[in-house]
Amino acid sequence: MSGPPTSQDGFAKSAGRQLLLIAVVSILGITLLMLGLSWASSLAGGTRISKGIDAATGTVTLALADEPPQLDSTRSTDTISSMVLGHVTEGLIRNGEGGKLAPGVAERWEITDTSATFWLRPDARWSDGKPVTAHDFVFAWRKTVDPKTASEYATIFFAIKNAEAINKGQAPLSSLGVQAVGDRILRVELVRPVAYFDKLMVFKSFNPVREDFYNGTRGRYGADADKLLYNGPFTITRWVHGAQLRMEKNPYYWDKARVKVKVLDFAYFSSDPNALINLYKDGKIAVAGLNQENLNEALVKRWPINRFQRGSVFYMEFNHRKGRPTANLHLRKAIQLVIDPDEVVYRVIKLPGNLPGRSLFPVWLDGVEGKFGEEYPVKRIVPDLVEARRQIALAKKELGVETLPPLTLLSDDGALGDKLTEYFQEKFRRDLGLEIRIDKQIFKQRLAKMTAGDFDLVSAGWNPDYPDPLTFADLYASWNSNNRGRYNNPKLDQLVAIAQTSTDVRTRMDVFGQIQQILVDDPPMVPIYEPGVVYVVDPRLRGVVRRVAGFDPDYTNVSIVEK
Amino acid sequence: MWQYTIKRLIQGVITVWFIATATFLAMHAVPGDPMSGDRAVSAEIRKNLEAKYGLDKPLAQQYVIYLGNLARGDFGISFTQQNREVNDIIREHFPVSATLGILAILFAALGGILWGALTALYRNKLPDILIMFFVILGISVPSFVFAALGQLALVKLNDLLGFSLLPVAGWGTVSHMLVPSLVLGLGTMAYLTRLMRSSMLEIINSDYLRTAKAKGLPATRIFTRHQLRNAILPVVTVLGPSIAGITTGSFVVESVFAIPGLGRYFVQAVQQLDYTVIMGTTVFFGSFLVLMVILVDLLYGFIDPRVRLA
Repeated sequence: MSGPPTSQDGFAKSAGRQLLLIAVVSILGITLLMLGLSWASSLAGGTRISKGIDAATGTVTLALADEPPQLDSTRSTDTISSMVLGHVTEGLIRNGEGGKLAPGVAERWEITDTSATFWLRPDARWSDGKPVTAHDFVFAWRKTVDPKTASEYATIFFAIKNAEAINKGQAPLSSLGVQAVGDRILRVELVRPVAYFDKLMVFKSFNPVREDFYNGTRGRYGADADKLLYNGPFTITRWVHGAQLRMEKNPYYWDKARVKVKVLDFAYFSSDPNALINLYKDGKIAVAGLNQENLNEALVKRWPINRFQRGSVFYMEFNHRKGRPTANLHLRKAIQLVIDPDEVVYRVIKLPGNLPGRSLFPVWLDGVEGKFGEEYPVKRIVPDLVEARRQIALAKKELGVETLPPLTLLSDDGALGDKLTEYFQEKFRRDLGLEIRIDKQIFKQRLAKMTAGDFDLVSAGWNPDYPDPLTFADLYASWNSNNRGRYNNPKLDQLVAIAQTSTDVRTRMDVFGQIQQILVDDPPMVPIYEPGVVYVVDPRLRGVVRRVAGFDPDYTNVSIVEK
Repeated sequence: MWQYTIKRLIQGVITVWFIATATFLAMHAVPGDPMSGDRAVSAEIRKNLEAKYGLDKPLAQQYVIYLGNLARGDFGISFTQQNREVNDIIREHFPVSATLGILAILFAALGGILWGALTALYRNKLPDILIMFFVILGISVPSFVFAALGQLALVKLNDLLGFSLLPVAGWGTVSHMLVPSLVLGLGTMAYLTRLMRSSMLEIINSDYLRTAKAKGLPATRIFTRHQLRNAILPVVTVLGPSIAGITTGSFVVESVFAIPGLGRYFVQAVQQLDYTVIMGTTVFFGSFLVLMVILVDLLYGFIDPRVRLA
């Protein structure tokens, strides 16, 4: 590139100098602009740069997968809102240590077959210093069953007198079977015995809401930090939508001795696993989930790795409507006989934390004394190709066809969607000669198509609402609207009815054992896996509790230890 | 000029109306609705929900109500965040996306013009080859790769330095903005570089440049007045759609860097079938794009007197 200088080179040099000048000027301009922007955005509020764990100020910085969509407990349905509400509000009973229930706003309670009585503690206070009274519960419960609220969780109240009639608009709101006797006694009338009523009280829909404050927010209850009243271990002091949700220790909380940190700062809203792990590595957040790539790195770096079973079950559900080939028992049996949950979990999903699905009742459920799954082990189905093909032949005979029509497998765009459906498509074709058409939809559309019965097979799952086998067992009762495949088994219906009204533990567990057997003999679905998560927690942070029913994760008891 | 502006504005309004109608129809054509949740709800609750959002009315009537609200600038209440208005969501989150977008487009435009001019000056020499290599890279690599790499680089950098020089994610200060906006602007910068280069080269061989040189004009004057100014025109043309594209397409970058922008709502609303947010954000972004295109068309007149409109 050397040589005698030409006029062209001179031109280039001069032009180059000008370009340089333009570059310098524009960089300066951008810098000035950014300074201006940062000044403007600091006025609008944003995240500051803080450490994941700051022992000096008692601050723990964390990430949230998403903005909590609904902090009005009478209408809230999602898990993120549940988690936030669990930290800033408290119901009559709360989850205590070791999976036991602990007193919340109620200091003691008495539950019979026809009623429940709660005695409220005198020192339970709202964040404005006023006491939490029985009236606040009456208001919240009425609000939830009020048909005008249109709460999706109204059905969870139906064991309470008149709740169902009110929700259907057939009875006045004031007839709900819940009364405040003075400020400190709450009396509930039940229409049927509920064995798990105390466990139910932990659920957010039963949390108190104070009428005057609620009405004062003019329909925006829970929309902003100052539009919500708190009675839990923490209060929200700052909520910049989509950016930061900062909780501070509630000075009015009755049990504030158990709250050991001053601030829980949810300063990052992202569900990108790589972004979160990067924040963790940079010391900006204290807890982060791991995926396959990150897990290897975590192992190499010897990070303390935790595992948690989320409590839900994923399965393949059949459509039992008339005219659907899957209504045929032999076809369902054949599919059941080729599905191998071990292969799915260890060779297809290959993500850590998942367990092979054996039963609709996940491993964490309690039985009479120990775990339900150990007391009532499910009959293990060993994949059997010969038997499966015999069942297919029987199915063809019963349906009167030479070849079975292609089946539609409905699924959604969840993380494992494609991987699993393609695996099953290939598996069923190879093993059973069944053609599978995959119908992939977004989550809401998958649900809509399930409800409309527009599928043969669907890959679906269920999250528990309360820690009792019934939350799974009544799924396939003929009257349950979540039974979207219209499975109908009178024997199962009978058993569910017993489990709903009996309060004897042994009787109920025996019934669940029988239901489990029916689900194998006449399958409405085939269990595939129990999803789990793997995550890292900063070693200085102690006391993070994960649980399947109730809000999760629970940071209310965390403490910071200096190494 | 005024006549032209008014004509373009009217055309713009028609375009926005078309976008609004198409969105409305497309949304109601897909299976499912915002109310289909994990838990099946009873027929009564469903009816109440539909009444609350006016979904129980016939489609034509819903459309009329929707257009009426739109004309008043009221997008309604979000389905997933039932106590937040779509207007609030846009008002709170669009400034963030806009800030990110403006910075990205500035980086892209300035970078593109400078690098493009440089490659043209050193055509087929080392700087040209080097820059063009990166340009091809920038055009072909999608933004989520750059975002992930950019973030990883930050982690490594902070690790190496032993303190946090630049934050890995989040929003609020200049240091939060720098890397995300660079990452966001990278693709457009590469595209503009290539555009600038070809338009510069076209001009280098033009008659008027030869005339200018023959007249003995100083090199600096030729370069800025004749070459740069003429070459910049195609770049300005694509700048309008680019601004809208960058501001609306920032979803990936926003999600990786945990930035509270509007892009996240734009994408999530579709997944959740949140009718009001879908319509609100789509119509808003649509109007924004239309406005940008009109602005760029008007800007032509100032840059190039030849297209100055009567």
